[in-house]
Amino acid sequence: MMPSPTITRPRPLSPNIQIYRPQLTSVLSILNRITGIILSGCAVVLVVWLVAAAWGPHAYAPVQAAIASWIGRIVLFGATFAFFLHLCGGIRHLVWDTVHGFELRSIYISGWSIVAASVVLTVAAWVVSALMGG
Amino acid sequence: MDPRNMPDMRTPLARAMGLGSAKEGVGAWWAERVSAVALVPLALWFAASIIAHTGSDYATFIVWLKTPLAAILMILLLIALFYHTALGLQVVIEDYVHSATKFAAVIAVRLGCCALATAGAVAILRIALSD
Repeated sequence: MMPSPTITRPRPLSPNIQIYRPQLTSVLSILNRITGIILSGCAVVLVVWLVAAAWGPHAYAPVQAAIASWIGRIVLFGATFAFFLHLCGGIRHLVWDTVHGFELRSIYISGWSIVAASVVLTVAAWVVSALMGG
Repeated sequence: MDPRNMPDMRTPLARAMGLGSAKEGVGAWWAERVSAVALVPLALWFAASIIAHTGSDYATFIVWLKTPLAAILMILLLIALFYHTALGLQVVIEDYVHSATKFAAVIAVRLGCCALATAGAVAILRIALSD
């Protein structure tokens, strides 16, 4: 008997995100990824900043000026929020890894808690920074 | 010959090793958690240090980076940060890239993270050890 020809067709891929209504749980899940990708870019900026500092004042000045510019500050403010959301979201994940907080009520309490904590910490960081002489 | 039709001489155990968990698949997952735990205090220390240095000039910033504690913690931060970044980006690539570029992208991310961590560490050491 001849083997039947193999029919190749694209296999279904998960997650089929477009069929779900956004919820706090799914939005925070994808935001943890998006903020992680944003912070990867920030890590590159951190190295550029350090290398410029090691190079000398003439190399450091334009980098510092770019960060201190209005666009730089807006980006830095967004990066601060991404930092705290990823940090708080990461701690939430570490708690989940200990098999705690999986009840639906706990998940929503921790979810809204990290959103609130990230907003408070971002604002606090910029207020303290401004008081320090920014 | 189609490799899928080749007779497999390996034992079921040998085939399972390297697939799925098989005792080692959990390694990357665990490393991501360990680096995350290290990053919590390091990242908070870094954020607090940067906030404390708002408006500082170049000389003040360099004096701070030359202190042994700042230099050591900055290098530890860079190692944990880029290790965690490489692991995190690899998961993102593996989830969304389904072509031959997946392999190249993962290698590029790993090499890029190694290069950036090294560049950052050398910059710190250069500042810390210069007169």
